[in-house]
Amino acid sequence: MIRIRNVFRSFGDKEVLKGVTLTVARGESALLIGRSGAGKTVFLKNVIGLLRPDSGTIRIDGVDITQLNKKQLEKVRLQFGLVFQGSALFDFLTIEENVGFFLHQHTKMSRLEIRKKVTDTLAMVGLKSIEDLHPYELSGGMRKRVAIARAIIYKPKILIYDEPTTGIDPIAVDKIVSLIDDLHKRLAITSLIVTHDLEVGLKIADHFAFLLGGKVIFEGDRNALDNTDDSRLIQFLKGSSGGPIEEMEV
Amino acid sequence: MSPIRAIGDLFRYIGSMGFFIRDTLRWLFTRKRDFASLIREMVFIGVDNLVLVSLICFFLGIIIAFQTAYQLQMFNSEIQLAPLVAMSLVRELGPVIGALIVAARTGASITAGIGSMKISEQIDALEAFGVEPIDYLVVPKFISLIVCMPILIIYADCLGIFGGYIVGALKFGIPYKLYFRMTFDALTLRDILSGLAKSTAFGCVIAFVSCYEGFRPFSSIDVSKSVTLSVVRSFIFIIICDCLLTAIFYFSWT
Repeated sequence: MIRIRNVFRSFGDKEVLKGVTLTVARGESALLIGRSGAGKTVFLKNVIGLLRPDSGTIRIDGVDITQLNKKQLEKVRLQFGLVFQGSALFDFLTIEENVGFFLHQHTKMSRLEIRKKVTDTLAMVGLKSIEDLHPYELSGGMRKRVAIARAIIYKPKILIYDEPTTGIDPIAVDKIVSLIDDLHKRLAITSLIVTHDLEVGLKIADHFAFLLGGKVIFEGDRNALDNTDDSRLIQFLKGSSGGPIEEMEV
Repeated sequence: MSPIRAIGDLFRYIGSMGFFIRDTLRWLFTRKRDFASLIREMVFIGVDNLVLVSLICFFLGIIIAFQTAYQLQMFNSEIQLAPLVAMSLVRELGPVIGALIVAARTGASITAGIGSMKISEQIDALEAFGVEPIDYLVVPKFISLIVCMPILIIYADCLGIFGGYIVGALKFGIPYKLYFRMTFDALTLRDILSGLAKSTAFGCVIAFVSCYEGFRPFSSIDVSKSVTLSVVRSFIFIIICDCLLTAIFYFSWT
């Protein structure tokens, strides 16, 4: 379970997170939506400990990771699988080395065993015979799927997606969405998806949160989302340019 | 920029560089290194610089020989060409010119590589997979640079000496046996050790500056700025380091 309370984070004078509070239950597929530049990625980096919040608590299965030292944090971080916005595949490694990176670094598995596991994991995300290629030889959609394979190969407890469908074509988007949904059901893990693409989010998530002005201003299930009377959320859901969000920003 | 701010920035730079060096040295002995990745780095740093270093040092030897011969002719001492070329190269010019070439070529490439990894979240990905970026990216480059630099410089010195011999043989008709005997008679262990110590120190400078600058960019524009800063700062620190080491060797060995 992820329990986040009153997380603040600033960069110099710029306050990005202004008291974010969010709860994601075990096995849930949660969606955090918000405008581009709302601080969603900063929020994610705080959740997995890549950034430290200025104040607030982030509890992962009861452990407050804001109180951990670097070494303890590294251990907790291994419970997460993270799919980065731009895939973040290592350019200098082959696909096999990318997907098997965790196993190479943290297990004593032989090269052959890792290769087999990589092939199986790539098959799970619908890819085959690309082990010896490099990331720059793949399309955007394939890179996303490789990034997902890299994140799930060590069976993390929590899978986090940062803008999983940004920068890829609609057909690839549909494939990625089906894949995320399928993996969530098959692996029975907690998923946290961060996106500004609401259409995508609605297809995969069962818990929704809306980040605006550095705070989560809405949290609830699909029913609550459909029946919300928050004018800011309604404006975001409708995608209209005029409304309280624009006024707020002015 | 006001002088006070510039001094503040300088101290900030020295401070954060100090922490970076400390972290690198701490990670140096914490785990067994992947031999294959070390070899890959050594090929990138050592082998890939061979052609450029060969060309420049060979011609440098010729230039030093001509410049020296010009003076020596006045005293009919052209035969002293060999020791002068050798000592200039081994003690000073070989390590410095070699280091400047490596800083410009390899250092810039290291900064650009790490910088582009930083802005494309690959550094974050390393951390997310429980791998310390300094351990994974910096330490192998540091080891490879301090191993490859002395070897590269010895090779550069040899080519420079050969360049000097070409001038000695073709212009003054010095026989090769005499030229090389005078070269090796003149060179002392002190000269060779000081050259090797300098090249190792310059390897450290290039590793620390180029890697440190690589971790600083936040956008693609910053990457190009970092690469420029990396080369400029490496040059400055190499010359400062050379000055200090030359002074240390002068006072400790005289």
